[in-house]
Amino acid sequence: MIWNEKAECMSKDEREELQLKNLQNVVKRAYETVPYYQKRFDKEGIKPEDIKTMDDIHRLPFTTKNDLRDAYPFGMFAVPRREIVELHTSSGTTGKPTVSGYTKKDIEIWSEVMARGLTMFGATEDDIIQNTHGYGLFTGGFGVHYGAQKLGAMVIPISTGQTRRQIEIMKDFGATILIVTPSYGLYLAEVAKEEGLDNDEMKLKAVGFGAEMWTEEMRQEIQRRFNAPAYNIYGLTEIIGPGVALECPEQDGLHVMEDHFYPEIIDPQSTKVLSEGEKGELVLTSLTRHGMPIIRFRTKDITSLQSGTCPCGRTMIKMDRITGRTDDMLKIRGVAVFPSQIEKALLKIDGLEPHYQIIVTRPQHLDELEVQVETSPELFSDEVKELVNIKKKIENRVHDEIGLRVNVTLVEPKTLPRSEGKAVRVIDKREL
Amino acid sequence: MKIKQLSIFLENKKGRMRKALEVLAHAGINIRALSIADISDFGILRLIVPRPEEAQALLLDNNFVVKMGHVIAVEMNDQPGGLSAVLRTLDDASINLDYLYAFVDEKEEKAIVLLHPEDIEAGIEALEKGRANIIAPEDVYNW
Repeated sequence: MIWNEKAECMSKDEREELQLKNLQNVVKRAYETVPYYQKRFDKEGIKPEDIKTMDDIHRLPFTTKNDLRDAYPFGMFAVPRREIVELHTSSGTTGKPTVSGYTKKDIEIWSEVMARGLTMFGATEDDIIQNTHGYGLFTGGFGVHYGAQKLGAMVIPISTGQTRRQIEIMKDFGATILIVTPSYGLYLAEVAKEEGLDNDEMKLKAVGFGAEMWTEEMRQEIQRRFNAPAYNIYGLTEIIGPGVALECPEQDGLHVMEDHFYPEIIDPQSTKVLSEGEKGELVLTSLTRHGMPIIRFRTKDITSLQSGTCPCGRTMIKMDRITGRTDDMLKIRGVAVFPSQIEKALLKIDGLEPHYQIIVTRPQHLDELEVQVETSPELFSDEVKELVNIKKKIENRVHDEIGLRVNVTLVEPKTLPRSEGKAVRVIDKREL
Repeated sequence: MKIKQLSIFLENKKGRMRKALEVLAHAGINIRALSIADISDFGILRLIVPRPEEAQALLLDNNFVVKMGHVIAVEMNDQPGGLSAVLRTLDDASINLDYLYAFVDEKEEKAIVLLHPEDIEAGIEALEKGRANIIAPEDVYNW
């Protein structure tokens, strides 16, 4: 099923024409109504009229999280304050939060793109969607909610937490689609098992995942535990929230809703625009956003793009799942390490629980990487030499993946923190 | 003739062993014999208890990783050379031991060794042949 065949299956030429028209509009409005853009464009010597082709977007300056912070709270609004009907903010863990303002029309766009995505997962108006994303300033809960409403499905706005209740409701209400973060999904599956809810008793036909990085191995694990296909959801508060890109049944990349959000990939160091298929930082422009146009926002998310007609019929460009962040990259003894690489290595080992924690220290001016994993009955042996072998085997797998020696520590089951939101996988104790 | 033994994974962290033992204490399960293998950051606690199945279930409920295995209990003379006589029997049959631990039963004035050979069946066979005094499980659990 395709929610909006006209928009989702448009020909390349037709879409480019639409994108250019929308880009010209948004640049003009941004320049005329937001002092920040006017200042930046003037500095670069660019006028809205200079945008004649889609390639001219490369001439526009980037917008960063810091720029949005500087505009806190309402400095990025392009409409009078009274036209903004809803506000969301980022978590603000790394400084002042960034604010996102929506007009009625923006909420309409948000509902539309999420309805398209939920339809990709197989959702229809007959479905019951259990939405465990938090409702509040975080965009996750409401984004899914609006999409579900637009679709006409029944949404259970349970939010995150109350895990035992989640299980009870899943069972009693017969939820058919579950929306979770990957780490909360795994926790939920674990509790479901404890509560005696077998996965064949669950009626789930799809699981939607967002808000966190995940590996293909983690997807497999989640699919196995919930006995349903799992699909990736991508989005960020600055652009709109979840709904920027979602995965179709092909499970081979996320379709970017490119009639609304224009993606580019750049080299994060040189900021040079990279060609299709090359891995780099994702940059997004909201082409249709009314209340708060965002031009060339640097997401710090690492991915690549692939165009062409998908076997699902959609022509919207696909982005790979996020394989890292330009800023969660760990430099260990000079080597770049992504936590996702370590996760990948761990999940290849039978019997290993998908809960882990990476601890970075620098005891004698040399970085040490400790990976804590939980022991499970499958891993545990009464023999010391067996246990030492298992530890070595895990260390070797991680070494193969990242090219660095790590120290694996086996810890007791259920002692690593389970998150009810974004998982804290890395504890960096170095003073860098 | 095999004795059930529980092996429990313990993280090298304050209070973990006590927690495991308290779980058993609350259930009124007495410990007949105990040994600890310690590796740098974790250890294995091995226990002989009456009602081993019940003890295992309780520990599992309390989030411990527990495995049930088997050892052989042999009674020795509580005097110099008692243990080496038992080991000689195994040596002569070329049976390798993973580990053993021993204790003395004061009431009965007996010394008992718990043996974990690589091959437990071969171990029993060799000991029987060597006329070692293998103790039956019921007797071990009821000391």
